[in-house]
Amino acid sequence: MAYVAIADRDAPIHDPHGFIEKYIWSQDHKVIAIQYAVVAIFVGLIALVLSGLMRLQLGFPDEFHFVDPNRYYQFITMHGMIMVIYLLTALFLGGFGNYLIPLMCGARDMVFPYMNMLSFWVYLLAVLVLLASFFVPGGPTGAGWTLYPPQAVLPGTPGSGLGIILMLASLAIFIVAFTMGGLNYVTTVLQARCRGMTLMRMPLSVWGIFMATILGLLAFPALFVSAIMMTLDGTLGTSFFMPAVASMGENLNYDGGSPLLFQHLFWFFGHPEVYIVALPAFGIVSDLLSTHARKNIFGYRMMVWAILAIGGLSFVVWAHHMYVSGMNPYFGFFFATTTLIIAVPTAIKVYNWVLTLWKGNIHLRVPMLFAIGFIFTFIHGGLTGLFLGNVTVDLPLSDTYFVVGHFHMVMGVSPILVVFGAIYHWYPKITGRMYNETLGKWHFWLTFLGTYAIYLPMHYLGILGVPRRYYALGNTEFLPESVHDVNAAITIAALVVAGSVLIFMYNMIVSLKSGPKAPPNPWKATTLEWQTPDTPPKHGNWGPKLPEVHRWAYDYSVPGAPDDFIPQNVPVDPKLGVGRDHGRKH
Amino acid sequence: MSNTAIFIALLTGVVVWFVVASRLTAKPWRGETKGDVGAIPLPAARIGLWAFMAVVTSLFSLFVSAYAMRMHHGLGWCHLTIPNLLWYNSLVLLGASVAMQLASSLAGRGRRATARTAMLAGGVLTIGFLVGQILAWQAIGPSLYFIQGSPAIAFFYVLTTLHGLHLIGGLYVLGRTMGRFNAGAELLDLRQSLSLCATYWHFLLLVWLAVFGVLLFL
Repeated sequence: MAYVAIADRDAPIHDPHGFIEKYIWSQDHKVIAIQYAVVAIFVGLIALVLSGLMRLQLGFPDEFHFVDPNRYYQFITMHGMIMVIYLLTALFLGGFGNYLIPLMCGARDMVFPYMNMLSFWVYLLAVLVLLASFFVPGGPTGAGWTLYPPQAVLPGTPGSGLGIILMLASLAIFIVAFTMGGLNYVTTVLQARCRGMTLMRMPLSVWGIFMATILGLLAFPALFVSAIMMTLDGTLGTSFFMPAVASMGENLNYDGGSPLLFQHLFWFFGHPEVYIVALPAFGIVSDLLSTHARKNIFGYRMMVWAILAIGGLSFVVWAHHMYVSGMNPYFGFFFATTTLIIAVPTAIKVYNWVLTLWKGNIHLRVPMLFAIGFIFTFIHGGLTGLFLGNVTVDLPLSDTYFVVGHFHMVMGVSPILVVFGAIYHWYPKITGRMYNETLGKWHFWLTFLGTYAIYLPMHYLGILGVPRRYYALGNTEFLPESVHDVNAAITIAALVVAGSVLIFMYNMIVSLKSGPKAPPNPWKATTLEWQTPDTPPKHGNWGPKLPEVHRWAYDYSVPGAPDDFIPQNVPVDPKLGVGRDHGRKH
Repeated sequence: MSNTAIFIALLTGVVVWFVVASRLTAKPWRGETKGDVGAIPLPAARIGLWAFMAVVTSLFSLFVSAYAMRMHHGLGWCHLTIPNLLWYNSLVLLGASVAMQLASSLAGRGRRATARTAMLAGGVLTIGFLVGQILAWQAIGPSLYFIQGSPAIAFFYVLTTLHGLHLIGGLYVLGRTMGRFNAGAELLDLRQSLSLCATYWHFLLLVWLAVFGVLLFL
C-alpha cells in the first residue's frame, strides 16, 4: 500500500503562521486550489466579455465601431487561448485537482507543497504576462488561437510585434507552472493515498484528473517547443517555421522554414489538450451523477479503462486538425481511423452515465442538472465530431461555423457545465455555506438552453457555408438573408448566457456570507472529502489521524443498509458486504 | 514523424506496463483490493523525479522530431560541422555522471569526506562541461548571421541551451545539498538527495548523448 508519504501525525504539516502564510504564500492545497480557481475564473470572465464583443459585431455588423477588424481578430485569439488554457486547464487541474486529489485520496496535502505554491504563482505570472499584451503597442496577437505561422509573426497581423512574443512567453511560463503542479498531482495520487485507498477504489474524479495530468505533462512540451521556436523566428529571425516570404511588397529575411512543422507540433499538444480538459470533466460528472442518482456508477472498471484508453489514443489523432493543410492520403486514412476509434471508449462512458441514471433515485439538485445537461451537450458535440473526423466531410465543413458549433459544444459548453456543476457540488465543503438553490436553477436553465440557442444554429449556418473567422459577411450572395437574422439571434442568446454568469457570481459571493451553514455532508456522499472532521476542512485535512478506506467510492443504496450511502471509511459489515454484491459469495 | 512514432510507442509501452503492473482488474464493488500498484518502494521525491524526467524526455523527443522534420520537409538545410570539442565535452559530462554516482555510493557506505569530494568533483566537471559547451558555441559561430542562415546551427544553440539549463537546475539542487552537507546534516539524510542527483545526472548524460548522436548522424 502506498501509505508512505505523509503518515499520521500530531502536528499538521508546514504550519502556516499569520495571514500572509495562511492565505497568500500558502502551501495548503485547498488555499492554492481556491487561488487557482479565482484567477482562472477572473481571466475567464475577460474571455467571456471578449466573446460578447465579437458576437456584437457578428450579430449587428458595423453598429459597434470600436470592434474593428484588427480588434476582432485579437478578441478571437485571446478568447480562444484564455478559455482553453488559462481557464479550463487551470481550473480543472490547478483548481479541482488541487482541492480534490488530497481530500479524495485521504492525504494531508500534496507531496511537494512548496512546489505546489510556486506552481500557482508562476501561473499568475503567466496570466499577467498574457494580460500585459493588451497594453503594449499593437495590442495582443490576432493570429488566431492556433497561432499558425507565417502570419502569426508577419507585420500585417495585429499584435505581430510584442503581442505574439508576450503570448508565447506567457504560454512557456504557463507550461512551467503546469509542470510543477502536474508532478505534484501524479506523485500524490501514486504515493500519498491513505490506507485502503487502492487505485481501483479511487473516485473517478481523481482518475480523470490523474490521467489528464499525465497527458498534460507529456503533451505540453510540444507547445513549449513550438513556442520557443516561434519566439526565435519572431525575434532573432531564424527560419524554423517561416518560409521564404514577401510581406507588403518586401522580401523578408526568412528562408525554407516549414509552417506545417508548427502545425504538427501544435496539434500534437492541441488534441491531447481536448482530453486534458475533457477527462477531469468525465471523472467529475461520473461522481456527480452517481451521488445525486443515489446509485453506484455503472461499469466502474470500464470507466477507468476508458479513461486510460482515451488518454493513450489522444496522442495518435492530432493530424485530424490538419486535413485541410494537405497530407498523404494514407495519413488521412490513418488519422480518420484513430479518430473514429477514440469514439468507442468515449461512447462507453456515455452509455455508462445514462445507465447510472437508469432506475436511479434521481435528485434534480443544481449539480445534477448541470451533470445531466453535460450528457446532452457532450453527445451533441461528440456526434458532430464523427462528421468532422472523416476527411471527406471535414474538407467542406472545416472553415465554416459547423466547426465552431462542434468544438464549442464538445470542449466549451460541456466542460463548463461540469465546472459549474462541480462548483455547486463542492461549494458547501469549500466554503461551509449553502447557496441559493433557486438562483442556481435559473443559472442552469439559462446556460443550458442559452448555449443550445447559440451553438445549434451554428451547425445550420456551417452547412449553409457561412465561413468562420470572418469579421463581416457583407453582401455574400450565396447566403440567404436569414443568415443575418440567425446571427443576430445567436448574439442575443450569447448575451443572455453571459448575463446568467452574473447570477452565478452573485449567488456564490453573497452565499459566502449569508448562505445557510452547510452540514458536513449535505449530499450524503460516500467519498472521503465529505468525511473530514471539519467543514471547511482545516489545514492537514484530517485531524490527528488519517482516514482508512474499506470500500469503493460508490456504495449507494446498498440493500439492507440503514442509509442509502455508506462512506468509504466505514468498515465492511460482514453481514452486509460491499456494494451491489450484497448477499453474494465474495 | 518516425521519431514521434517511436515516442508514441514508448508512451504506449509505459501505459501498458502501468495497466499490467497495477492490475486494474480488481472488482472494488466486491471488496477486492488487489488493484493497487502495490507498494512502490520508493520515496515520493524519486517518483517525482522520474515523472519530471518523463517530461524532459518528451521535450527533447519533440525537439528531435522537429529537427528531423525541419531537415526533411523544410528548405535550405545544411548540416552542422561538429566541432571536435563536443567529444571532449561528452567525456567531461560522463566524468561528472560517474563522480555523482560515486558520491551517492560513498554516502551510502557512510564515507562522508570522500563523498563530499566526489560531489565537488561532479559539480566542477559539470561546470567544466557547461564552459566547454560555450566554447563550442564560439567554435560554431555565435553571430546572428549564422543563427539566421542555418536552421541546423539554430537547433544546435536551442538544444544545447535547453540541456545546459537543465544541468544548471541540477547544479542548484546539488549546491543546496552541498550547503546541507557543510552545515553538518546527517549523512543518512543526504543519501537520498545524492542518489537523486546521480540519477538526474545519468539522465542528462543520456539526453546529451542522444542529442549529440542526432547532430552527428541524422
